[in-house]
Amino acid sequence: MNRHTKEKFIKYILFLIALVSVIVLGLIVFSLFREGLPIFKKIGLADFLLGLEWYPTSEPPLFGILPLIVGSLIVTLISTIIAVPLGVLSAIYIAEIAPAVLKEIFKSIIELLAGLPSVVLGFFGMIVVAPWLQETFDLPTGLNIINASAILAIMAIPTISSISEDALYAVPREFKEASYALGATKFETIIRVILPSALSGVSTAVILGMSRAIGETMVVLMVAGGAAAIPESLFDSVRPMTASIAAEMGEAPYRSAHYSALFATGIVLFFLALVFNMIADYVSNKYKQVGSATL
Amino acid sequence: MEVHTIIDVHNVNFYYGRTKALTDITMSFRKNMVTALIGPSGCGKSTLLRLLNRMNDLIDGTRVEGEILFEGKDIYAANVDPVEIRKKIGMVFQKPNPFPKTIYSNITYGPDLIWSKNKNELDELVENSLKQAVLWDEVKDILNKSAMTLSGGQQQRLCIARALAMKPDILLMDEPTSALDPISTAKIEELIEELKKNYTIIIVTHNMQQAARVSDETAFFYLGKLIEYDKTEKIFTKPDVRQTEDYITGRFG
Repeated sequence: MNRHTKEKFIKYILFLIALVSVIVLGLIVFSLFREGLPIFKKIGLADFLLGLEWYPTSEPPLFGILPLIVGSLIVTLISTIIAVPLGVLSAIYIAEIAPAVLKEIFKSIIELLAGLPSVVLGFFGMIVVAPWLQETFDLPTGLNIINASAILAIMAIPTISSISEDALYAVPREFKEASYALGATKFETIIRVILPSALSGVSTAVILGMSRAIGETMVVLMVAGGAAAIPESLFDSVRPMTASIAAEMGEAPYRSAHYSALFATGIVLFFLALVFNMIADYVSNKYKQVGSATL
Repeated sequence: MEVHTIIDVHNVNFYYGRTKALTDITMSFRKNMVTALIGPSGCGKSTLLRLLNRMNDLIDGTRVEGEILFEGKDIYAANVDPVEIRKKIGMVFQKPNPFPKTIYSNITYGPDLIWSKNKNELDELVENSLKQAVLWDEVKDILNKSAMTLSGGQQQRLCIARALAMKPDILLMDEPTSALDPISTAKIEELIEELKKNYTIIIVTHNMQQAARVSDETAFFYLGKLIEYDKTEKIFTKPDVRQTEDYITGRFG
C-alpha cells in the first residue's frame, strides 16, 4: 500500500467510526419517536402537555404530563439556584485564590463528588436528609422538592465548578497583569476583569449543570416523593418526568397507551435537553471574548 | 545629582525559587530621564523592571533581598501595600494587553477604582490621556467600540494612555515595541521622547538602536549582574567595560 492510499484508508476508517456514533444516536431518536408518537392518536398534544392529571392506570386512563414537567423544572430551577453560587464561587477560589496545596485538595474532592454514584446520593437523601427535614419542619414527608433539589445541586456542583474553573484558567495572564499594574487589588481584578472575561465559559457551565439536573433520574426517583400533582410549596412532593418513566416503564404493557405516553414523555425530555444544549452553545459563542491583541 | 534621583536600588538580590536572577544590583534612576535597560535574554533586566512596581510579587516562590527606595522609602518594607506602589509606578507590557472592554473603559479602569466617578472628570481624563498617547485623533469617534478592534500599534498606545490615566510618577516599559511593526515602533519612540518631559521612564529593550535613540542613560546587564551604567552616549561610543562593547557591537548576545 503506498502512502497515498494509506492516508485515504485511514480517512475512511475514521469517517466510518464517526458515522457509527451518529447513526446509533439517530436510531435511538427514531425509536423514541416511533414508540412515543402513537399516544397522540388517543390524546391531543395540548391535552398531553397541559393536562393536569396523570392517572395512567385508572379507567379511563389520564395522560396529562404537566405536573411531571413542572416537577422536573422546579427541582432543576431550585437546584440551580443552590448549585450556581457554590459551584462558581468555589471555582473562583480554586482558580484564583487558593494556595497550591489547598488547590489540589479542593480539586480532588470536588472531582470525587462528581464520581459519586447517584444512587448513593439518593440513599443519603432518603436516609439522612428526609428524616431531618420531616422532623425539623414537621412535614408529612421529607421526600420533597427541597430534598431533591439539594441532592441534585450536590450533583451539579462538580460540573459547574470544573467547567467554570477551566474558563477562569483560560483568561489570559496579560489581562490580570494589566489590572494589577493599574493598582487593582486581587478582588477588584477578579470582579472586573477575570469574571467578565470568563463569562461565556461560566454560563456554559451553569447550563450544562442544569441539563445534568434535568436529566438525572435516580435521585429524583428516590427523594422527590413521587406525587404527580402541581406543587404548592417547596415542601410538596413532585414526580419529575425521569422518575415517572423509570418507575412505570417496567409495569406498562408493551405498546399500550401507557407505554407510548411514557415514550412521549421521553420526547419532551429530549427536547428540553436539546434546548439547554442549544442555549449553552449560543451563550458560549455570544460572549466569546476575542483573545489578547492580535497583530 | 542626588536631588534628581527617584529610585534607588541598593544591593538587591532576587531569586526565583533557588535560581538567583539578580546579583547585588545597586543603581539609581533619575527623575524625568529615560533609562534603558539592555542585555541578552535572561540577563535579569525585565526581572529588575518588574521589581520596581512589585509585579514579581504575583509569581509564587520569589524572594527579594536588599532595598529599593522610591522617593526615599523602601517599597519592600513590611508596611508598604504593593497596590499603592503600582498606582504611582505604571507599567506597559511587551504584548499590547488592552482589556476586552471599550476604549473608554480601558482608560477609566484604573481611575474608576480610586477616584470619584464624576462623568465630566472621567471624560476629560480619557481625552487627556489619549492625547498624551497621541491616539486621540484616531479613536475620538469610536470610544465606545471594543479596544480589540484597534491595530496592534494603536492597542499599545492605548495601554500607554491607560497607564498615564493613573497619573503615575514613573512609567515602566517592558519591551513595548517588540511586537510592533516599524511604523508603530517609530510612533511609540516619538511618544517616549514627548513623555519624558513629565514622567520618568524606564524601558527594557532588545533593540540597541532603540536604546540609543530614546534613552538618556543606559544600563547593561549580563547574567544577572549590572555590568555598566552610564550616559547612553558614553555606553554606545566609549564603554568602559569590554563585555559592554562586545554586546553593543554584536559580538555576542
